[in-house]
Amino acid sequence: MIKIESLSRSWDGFSLEDISFEVNEGEHFVVLGPTGSGKTLLLEIIAGFHFPDKGRILLRNSEITLLPPKKRGIGFVYQDYMLFPNMTVRDNIAYGLRVMGLKSKMIEQKVGELAGLLGIGGLLERFPGKLSGGEAQRTSLARALSIDPDILLLDEPMGALDPNLRSEIRTEISRLFKNRGTTIIHVTHSREDAIIMGDRIAIMKNGRIVQIDDSDRVFRHPRTKFVAEFVGVKNIFKGNSKKVGDLVYFKSQGITLVATTHIFGEVYASIRPEDIIISLQRMESSARNCIKGKVNELIDMGGIMRVMVDCGALFAVNITQASCAEMEISLGKEVYLIFKAQNVNLFS
Amino acid sequence: MNMRKKAEGTMIIAGIIGAIMVIFIIIPIISMFIDVGISGFIRAAGDRSAMKAILLSMIAAVYATALSALFGIPLAYFLARKKFPGKKLIESIIDIPIVVPHIIAGIALLTVFGRHGVLGAPLDELGIRIADSMIGIVIAMMFVSAPFIINSAKEGFESVDPRLENVAMGLGASRTRAVITITVPLCMKNLLVGAIMTWARAISEFGAVMIIAYYPMVATTHIYTEYLHSGLETSVPIAALLLLICIIIFVILRTISARWKRYDQD
Repeated sequence: MIKIESLSRSWDGFSLEDISFEVNEGEHFVVLGPTGSGKTLLLEIIAGFHFPDKGRILLRNSEITLLPPKKRGIGFVYQDYMLFPNMTVRDNIAYGLRVMGLKSKMIEQKVGELAGLLGIGGLLERFPGKLSGGEAQRTSLARALSIDPDILLLDEPMGALDPNLRSEIRTEISRLFKNRGTTIIHVTHSREDAIIMGDRIAIMKNGRIVQIDDSDRVFRHPRTKFVAEFVGVKNIFKGNSKKVGDLVYFKSQGITLVATTHIFGEVYASIRPEDIIISLQRMESSARNCIKGKVNELIDMGGIMRVMVDCGALFAVNITQASCAEMEISLGKEVYLIFKAQNVNLFS
Repeated sequence: MNMRKKAEGTMIIAGIIGAIMVIFIIIPIISMFIDVGISGFIRAAGDRSAMKAILLSMIAAVYATALSALFGIPLAYFLARKKFPGKKLIESIIDIPIVVPHIIAGIALLTVFGRHGVLGAPLDELGIRIADSMIGIVIAMMFVSAPFIINSAKEGFESVDPRLENVAMGLGASRTRAVITITVPLCMKNLLVGAIMTWARAISEFGAVMIIAYYPMVATTHIYTEYLHSGLETSVPIAALLLLICIIIFVILRTISARWKRYDQD
């Protein structure tokens, strides 16, 4: 669908170096990287707001590298929405349709459709200054979708929303994009957005892409130390959760965890490596989770030892060098992992 | 408590000192109006040559403002959106007319547009006279007043996020269309205020206009010659009348522009 070939560009302190990737029709492609890694610049080049110093961009096999933005048919959603403040929600959504020169009846119909789809039908006469973050975000999405873009570029689309809303909107727009079959390139620094929304993820560091993989693989098999560190949340598992009594049981391949977060169905669970205790024997304690495994790998992190334990699924645990030595932890040793239910973070 | 008292004390002192400044501006104006009286205004309004000069000033200032806007607004947009080496130099050049004595500006213009000037001489041969004509007046006014609209427009354009234009272009608009439909409405207030300042500056110009075009006489030149030939008695009423007209127009325009919607404050 769209192919980026060895793209380079330096601009205003940022630089992109030798970026190459291809996004397939209907795919949700996430570029994940810390702030300042050049993600927005990359999107703006794809949209045609800047031109690259080197490299090519191909859209459906024809080159668009130097085409002006209006000829590309690429939609753009900024983190802070960039709604036209001098126009109502209706006129914002209709902007692209008017530029196309559609008849006003057609425009009216299309605006109504999109507003309905995004649940902002009641806000059409409002000005952007009177919208909440979520409403503004829906409006900017409706506006971007109005021209039926071949590709939609999302620049931290969830970044300005508060966490509660974020999860709700994330699920909703993910579904919307899948239903419409929209091809998406989405840049973010949020690991949660990336893993939940992305079909594939590219990890970006200082203007370079350091790894491109299916979203699960990026988190489970980081290829470099940077990716491993940036991806951060070590113990992420995909599975199912259900309520049993007061507790929530999470089942993934090979493991069952007890959690307290009340989210059910297909979810992810994560546990921070420093929240896990290693014991040599099964222990009766107030912590709900106690699972048996074998030490698989020891990684010296300077003062801290990261112990990788295979319990059916692979867990990362942080302990001090001193306790590691005292407990004589070595490869292949049988240990128990203990952690509280409230430290099992479920999210969807 | 103490701090609070102290802070308010500062405000009181600033207020008192500031009041002196306001009085300093308002007293001469009121004094002139009182001095002239209603009969003076009537007499000045009946003076045909004075009225002609005032009208000429106002019309020439409108032309000067329109031309300054025509050439100045695109320049302002360019300066607001582009980074390039020598930008600071260009911005300083734009401010030159504000800082040079206007009589010097007039002489400089004369070397270009005068009958023997670089452009004035060949144009004179073609039968187009700039010195001592409406064109000369407009040029002099434009020279001294254009910086106001350029600077005000530039500030306005800078306040509009360029990403708004990006979005509009992404939706299929050309850059021109994006600027006209999004950027210009958002900084209309800056453009209006800039235009008012430009017009006001143009109408009040004396030095540069007098050098390049003594005739036809604009209001300021007329007042000056009246003052030289007949003294205060005839010149003050005309001056007061011009001032009154300017204040009325100024107030009307400011009221209109103040009502202009500021979207970012919604």
